[in-house]
Amino acid sequence: MGYKTIIEDNIDILVVGAGLGGTGAAFEARYWGRDKKIVIAEKANIMRSGAVAQGLYAINCYMGTRFGENNPEDHVRYARIDLMGMVREDLLFDMARHVDSTVHNFEEWGLPIMRNEKKGSFLREGRWQIMIHGESYKPIVAEAAKKSADKVFNRICVTHLLMDESKENRVAGAVGFNVRTGNYHVFKSKTVICGAGGASNIFKPRSIGEGAGRVWYAPWSSGSAYGLMIEAGAKMTQMENRIVLARFKDGYGPVGAYFLHLKTYTQNAYGEEYESKWFPELQKMVGKEYLDPEVSHRTHRPIPTCLRNHAIISEVNAGRGPIHMVTMEAFQDPHLEEIGWHNFLGMTVGQAVLWAATDVDPKYENPELTTSEPYVMGSHATGCGAWCSGPEDVSPPEYFWGYNRMTTVEGLFGAGDAVGGTPHAFSSGSFTEGRLAAKAACKYIDDGKAEGIRVSDDQINRRKEQIYKPLETYRVYSNEVVAGTVNPNFINPRQGLDRLQKLMDEYCGGFGVNYMTNDKLLNIGLKKMYILGQDLEKVAASDIHELLRAWELKHRFLTSESVFQHTLFRKETRWPGYYYRGDAMKLDDKNWHVLTVSRRDPETGEYTMEKAPLYHLVGDVEKAPPVEHH
Amino acid sequence: MPTFVYMTRCDGCGECVDICPSDIMHIDKKLRRAYNIEPNMCWECYSCVKACPHQAIDVRGYADFAPLGHSVRVLRDEEKGTIAWRIKFRNGKKDMELLAPITTKPWGKHIPKLAEVPPPSQEMRDSQLLFNEPKYIRMDEGGLHTLESNGLEIKKGVQY
Repeated sequence: MGYKTIIEDNIDILVVGAGLGGTGAAFEARYWGRDKKIVIAEKANIMRSGAVAQGLYAINCYMGTRFGENNPEDHVRYARIDLMGMVREDLLFDMARHVDSTVHNFEEWGLPIMRNEKKGSFLREGRWQIMIHGESYKPIVAEAAKKSADKVFNRICVTHLLMDESKENRVAGAVGFNVRTGNYHVFKSKTVICGAGGASNIFKPRSIGEGAGRVWYAPWSSGSAYGLMIEAGAKMTQMENRIVLARFKDGYGPVGAYFLHLKTYTQNAYGEEYESKWFPELQKMVGKEYLDPEVSHRTHRPIPTCLRNHAIISEVNAGRGPIHMVTMEAFQDPHLEEIGWHNFLGMTVGQAVLWAATDVDPKYENPELTTSEPYVMGSHATGCGAWCSGPEDVSPPEYFWGYNRMTTVEGLFGAGDAVGGTPHAFSSGSFTEGRLAAKAACKYIDDGKAEGIRVSDDQINRRKEQIYKPLETYRVYSNEVVAGTVNPNFINPRQGLDRLQKLMDEYCGGFGVNYMTNDKLLNIGLKKMYILGQDLEKVAASDIHELLRAWELKHRFLTSESVFQHTLFRKETRWPGYYYRGDAMKLDDKNWHVLTVSRRDPETGEYTMEKAPLYHLVGDVEKAPPVEHH
Repeated sequence: MPTFVYMTRCDGCGECVDICPSDIMHIDKKLRRAYNIEPNMCWECYSCVKACPHQAIDVRGYADFAPLGHSVRVLRDEEKGTIAWRIKFRNGKKDMELLAPITTKPWGKHIPKLAEVPPPSQEMRDSQLLFNEPKYIRMDEGGLHTLESNGLEIKKGVQY
């Protein structure tokens, strides 16, 4: 094949994937690594890539320590309650104590953050959320990353990490191909910070045909954070903890500002409040420690996101759907109406398009809500990702192995979706994690931990052959048939993706089975996954664009396999409303008050699962009442 | 709903190809103009619509749930620092114009070049602090929050 091999050598810090986590890493790396070579490899164009490509209308993680609003531990407690206890409190505390400095930098760079004119503080949407005009959020942070990086390689689909051949389990860079030229790119680097994204489109989406791109998380979020790290043998945590979102139907427009700022609320099809009636039964499933509506009513303690989903799912199953968002009251105020529309235009334009197309004017009609297909990611109300070391001054021994945000592969760091156990980081927290990882990566190099890395030509050539194999498969077999997409020798990436989504939906608890699965279904699913894995060796690509889709599919597959393994391992229903284990319908703290940790052996593909202890740094009850934020 | 490109307005400049996060805006080899090659991988993020210098790109709602006859148009201006939207309903009853700022400063001018700021001391390197900390976190003299400063202890087991 006529593709050139282009080698970028002597890199100190390679940032793979420059969304919010990756841009934070590249930016901060220059401060600590003055003469270090910092390189970004990004699948798209960093000016509009990652989950924040189209913008945001809120920053969902901001303490307001400067204004006496919250302490980091308050946020830890909040995230823990929302995730039914299953979080890495050391990592969360660390992120929360730094996140404000990230936001204050953003403001200085020109990001328009709304102000509370009376108090002088930022305008609060909720206790943790502040409101911004964030259409250009991504281009602004990308400028910061560009100013720090030596080189930015846009349009490089990174397919694999390179591994050191002189020391086992140490990273040595990454490889991929340019989705425009097709050329093979080799990045030899002392450290890698994985800022790649979580996974949309691994479960069958509710939308069909043309609308399959209208997913909640970006369709280009191909689970590459997990695909890359799992393949390198990094341990993963909480991969069973997929998230289901209650959103405006079809458009998946965000509801945060509607609930928190516009004070809209939900009701069933008959105009009734429905949530509270599902709570007594639900409390029996999860225990009073996790659901206590009385305490939640009296204090600011939230009802976990998954449990609120459960009420929606149950009410719809009982025949009283759809659930409506009551907007007709709030939207009578022209100022709030304008905010409601700006909120979509700033981050989910498609929802505005949908309401314009269907003549839904929320001033005169309460729009429908629905629960989405599941997603696997690590920065919203879910904490999938790699098992990473915490900071020295916070983490207990089981959570600490030398360098903050380093995975169990030496020299491989994570940020954003890549880091497990850190939900509710959102955009600002992900950028902050990138900064933390960058400082730690510089220290790792300065400590001499990256000396003597060796990468053989054999490894480089082997990966090259692997990367282009789908093009070769197509070339060899496509002319065996007259025309069309049906071929007995291969499947194309779309066909493979359809199969994966159907399989995940039916056996791993997608929307099509009301988020239900059990040990039997999971075991059947895993068998089918094994066969799908074999067929993916025969995936074919007719051009470079399809080769991109082929590799995205392989990353989604590795992510999905991990989700299956973790879901099977945790024999309880920890998050009703995200998914249900029909064979273990209760939350079981006696056996499962632990984090799940997995490793896939890179040689054999075999999984080993273990339980890791949970550490808590704050009690359940908040001592001082939280400050008023409106 | 993906995006589509008006034949008479596109000059094939490739700005949309360069910016699309999903790699679905490509140039048609015969017509030398851009088009959406994979509508079911389009997020309607409007990155290409905003980047097009000729307003040649528009969006038509996803065919599986959005009826025809609506319009959401946009003009983004980095120099003015604004973004202007116009939303038209299918039934013609609603026609809204909305304007929002996209930046508060001249584009890109206030982002520091970290290679040029004073380097961190060894003491700072050995601490938990990041660039601009602690002054960018809090206005008082206090330092970074720690378990000790906040009276916390990390304990194994359940939290209740």
